[in-house]
Parts: sequence; structure tokens; C-alpha cells
Amino acid sequence: MTRELDAGLLFEPLRDALLRINVELPEDVVRALTAAADRETGPAAREVLSTIVRNIGIAREKRLPLCQDTGMAWVWLRLGDDVRLTGEPAREVIHRAVEAAYAEGLFRKSVVADPLFPRVNTKTNLPPVLHVEFVPGDRVTVAVMTKGFGSENKSGLRMLLPTATPDDVLNAVIDIVRTAKGAPCPPTVIGVGLGGTMDAAALLSKKALVRELDDTHPRPEYAALERELLTRLNALGIGAGGLGGVTTCLGVKIASMPTHIAGLPVAVTVNCWADRKAVIEL
Amino acid sequence: MTPISLPLTPETIEDLRAGEAVALSGELYVARDAAHARLIALLEAGQPLPFELRGAVVYYMGPTPTPPGAVIGACGPTTASRMDPFAPTLLAHGLAGMIGKGQRSAAVTEALVRHRGVYFYAYGGCGAFYASCVTSNRVVAFEDLGPEAIYRLVVRDFPVIVANDCHGGSAFYEPA
Ligand code: SF4
Repeated sequence: MTRELDAGLLFEPLRDALLRINVELPEDVVRALTAAADRETGPAAREVLSTIVRNIGIAREKRLPLCQDTGMAWVWLRLGDDVRLTGEPAREVIHRAVEAAYAEGLFRKSVVADPLFPRVNTKTNLPPVLHVEFVPGDRVTVAVMTKGFGSENKSGLRMLLPTATPDDVLNAVIDIVRTAKGAPCPPTVIGVGLGGTMDAAALLSKKALVRELDDTHPRPEYAALERELLTRLNALGIGAGGLGGVTTCLGVKIASMPTHIAGLPVAVTVNCWADRKAVIEL
Repeated sequence: MTPISLPLTPETIEDLRAGEAVALSGELYVARDAAHARLIALLEAGQPLPFELRGAVVYYMGPTPTPPGAVIGACGPTTASRMDPFAPTLLAHGLAGMIGKGQRSAAVTEALVRHRGVYFYAYGGCGAFYASCVTSNRVVAFEDLGPEAIYRLVVRDFPVIVANDCHGGSAFYEPA
């Protein structure tokens, strides 16, 4: 049975989610930051973390954006095979919701019309980055992030050999985080995409970030790899703000998919402590 | 937290040590990429700058729009390394301090020692928090650049950490 759904119904929840996440962090992230502030031993990193916690309080109280870089909107729409969207095209609804949120929220418009020719601000924060995926079932799920570029600029990709070991994968990720140092506003959240083609691995590294910070990977070998990576990334000692401390990363999330016999793509999305995300289901 | 008043005096700069937490009060000049390119062009043409560089502290920042009735929107630091190509020239012409986030190039940290300047780390991403430290905000130059124009802010108890001092000290941790 096909379920008909008016795409216009996406507008309000999407606009409201964008308005909320640039001002209020999800609870899992707030918990992780508060815990990091409590256990930090580096004196400068302690200052950074306690200021981040105060910043979260002020933003919520005064309804101000947490950070002046309110990001580029990233939208991942999962469309159930048994749903038929009706009415206004979904792409247009999503664009309207992004534009409305950035105008109403007094968020910074940070998108330029072309990476080179010409680099002029679109003044609406449009377009968002939009991914659509077909999934079984009759639900529509929309995941959204507002991605800051201090951290995005430190993301990276490595095409490893098919014979690479789990340790080689760990080292590739560690290398990317080590070179990023303090620039991506650590403590960061690290999304890792493994497999597929180069572009698929990059997308997986974003999708992985949508998971809850304190969840556990359903496959034990990946759950172990995530724990091991988190421990080794924190052992780097970069710390909050890059000033030296015990928490460099709040979490590591891995997503994987089948790949070619001849390769092993590894993509890493670095997200800052302002880990702004939401999931809407219709 | 040591209170520091702005503009900076040479004596104050000599006393600052990397890793120290300080609270700035006084005037800051907001300038980012495009404004820096213009300042350098003016210097190269031998023209006067729109504000007194001697003792001045520049803040690398691009705020969100100002809410009605407020002084400024969210106003945390942006990545300082983008201004690395311009900083040594400005320091040579009297700039005393810079505020941003992330590490600087060797050319910048060397210029800090040579010209007795300081680079402060501001808490990355803490835009809402810093808005509460700003008491006034007005455009002073390059208005046509819109949000990239040069703004003069007056701040009170604006907390930062001395990241690179004029003695070659650095507060940044170098991962092995
Ligand atoms: S990296 Fe993140 S927290 Fe830091 S300035 Fe950019 S958006 Fe804000």
C-alpha cells in the first residue's frame, strides 16, 4: 500500500529544527561537554571547556546562536519505498525551510554562489547540501546538520590499500585529527566513512555523525574500533582549543558499506564541539 | 584572570606570558580577510590607515546579524591562519595584538618576537558568550564590504588566553 504524504508538511518541522540546533545543542552533546569540563586537568583547556558550557547556557537563555558560524545546512532525506510525496516538490520545501530559518533566526548567511566564479554570498544561506536515499518502508526521515567550516576544512580522505589492517585505518584517522590540531574547535566529534567509492565514503562519514553521541555501534568489531579510536585520539593530548588536555574528541562514529576488491576508502568528517544535528520523522 | 586595558602598551606586552588567562577591556578592531587585503594595499600605497595601528588589537571575527535592541550578534573568533599572510606587515607597522582561534604560521610567531606583539586565543565557537562582553559596536572603514567591513568594538572583561607571546612562547600543544 502506498502512503501519500504532502511534502509541504516537511516545512515547519525542518525550519524549527534548524532554528533550534543553531541555538541549543542536543542533550547528548551537552552531557558530553559538561563531563569533559569536569574531568579536564589541563588549565587552559579547563577554561575553554567551562566557557563552552557557559556559552551553551547564554545562547539558550538569550536565544542567540551558539556560534557565529551558523554553518551550511546539510540535509539527508530518507524516502520510504511505499511513500509517494505529493504537492510542492520536496526540494523546494526544503529550500524554503532553510531560507526561513536563517532569516528568522538572524543566523549568518555563509554560502557563496560558486566556489570560484563568482564567490558571492547568496544572502539566503541557500542552497543546502541535499542527499536523498531510498529505503524500505513507508516513512520519511530527514536528518539535518548545520556544518561549520572551521571544522569542515580539517576533514579528509585517504584511499588505503585493500590489504590495510584495522590498525592502518586507525592511523589514517589519527593522522587527520593530529594535523587539524586546534583549528576545528576541539573537542571534536569524528565521523568515519569506510568502503564504497570515494564519494560514498565521504557521505558515510557525514551520516555517521547523525548517530547519538553515546550510542554503541551494532557490530561489536566496529564498536571496539570506535572505542579504540576515541582512546587514541584523546591520547594525542591536543585538548580543548588545541591548548593541551585530556579531551580532544567527544566521540567517534563509524559507518561502512561494501567496497571494491582493490581498495579501502577512508573518509573523515571533523565536526566541532558545536555538533548541531536533528532528526525529523514523518 | 589578569585585567588588561586596550590599546596595549609596550610594557603590558612584555609582561604577557603564553598560557596566561587575561580579560581585555577597551577597544578592538574587527577585520577579516577582505579588510586585511585592503589595509595592506593602503600601506603599500603609502596611504594612511582608517584607524591608529600603534597599540591596536585586531579581532578576527564575522558576527551573526545584530538582534533588535542588542549591541551585536554572536561574535566568536574565526580561524586566524587565514590572516597569516597579512599579519607580519601589520605588526611591522605597529599592530600590537591579534585575537583569533587556531595556530599561526612560523612567519607570524617570528614577527611577534621581532616587533613585540601578542596573539590571543579566544574561546572557539563561544559566540553567544562573547556577545555579552561587547558594549559598543560601529563601522569605522570599508563599509561597502558589509559584514567584512572594519568595526570598532568596545569590550569589557573579554576573556582570552595568551597564545603566542613576544618572547617566543606558545600555549598550543604540539601532538607527537
Ligand atoms: S569550527 Fe564550529 S564551533 Fe568553531 S567557529 Fe566554526 S562552527 Fe563555530
